[in-house]
Amino acid sequence: MKRRDLLAAGAGLTMLALVRPASATPAEMAAAINTFTGGAKPQTGKVKFDIAQLIDNGNAVPVTISVDSPMSADDHVLAVAIFTERNPQTEVAVFTLGPRAGKAEISTRIRLATSQRLMAVARLSDGSYWSHGVDVIVALAACVEGEAP
Amino acid sequence: MARALIHMPANAKRGEIIEIRALIGHPMETGYRVGADGKVLARDIIRSFACRYNGEQVFGAELHQAISANPYIAFFTVATESGTLEFTWQGDSGFAHTEKMNLTVSAS
Repeated sequence: MKRRDLLAAGAGLTMLALVRPASATPAEMAAAINTFTGGAKPQTGKVKFDIAQLIDNGNAVPVTISVDSPMSADDHVLAVAIFTERNPQTEVAVFTLGPRAGKAEISTRIRLATSQRLMAVARLSDGSYWSHGVDVIVALAACVEGEAP
Repeated sequence: MARALIHMPANAKRGEIIEIRALIGHPMETGYRVGADGKVLARDIIRSFACRYNGEQVFGAELHQAISANPYIAFFTVATESGTLEFTWQGDSGFAHTEKMNLTVSAS
């Protein structure tokens, strides 16, 4: 059984009024980041998480993450991960890069369940971790159709 | 069969950094939504994406439910030699899709 199933079952039993999928918590995000970094605490800087502060529609939010790195054979970005604090699931995506990327910049579109804090964490080839956190306000949340079973 | 769109230059100079934008049609059903019959819709998402340049992986992504429907991913790579770029998406219930694009690299 997966953790998500357990959470959903637990929420259903204890809070009958709550019909939304259980949301992740700041502690869960911290735990997920900890798993990604292998226990290392990410430093602030180098990473730039570009996202609108006020989001009209949480179903498709454009995001761009860039990392200040020369992307050479000995100094490059290995991976970039995005985490959310209050989506049903804290992990959003993990991107794997290498020296052949040339430029450490990735764009994609994500879903946001509510106003919350997002984190982007980058793993560099020297073993260090860098992060950037942003707070966003979401007007129309993703997954609203799932409210009333 | 899914429909995928890939935007990238067809020609590049050696050493040039090119942008690749990949979009694929897919509902990315989260597994949290409830259908018209009151039952939760089963999860159906794309789990992974990879780009191989002449067989060598230059970019990869692991996707979760929080990626929007019709996943769009834009990234960069260095044009090193002429060849084929292969894009693969893999997901739940055996979903798999592959696209190939050719890139001609000229000496700078």
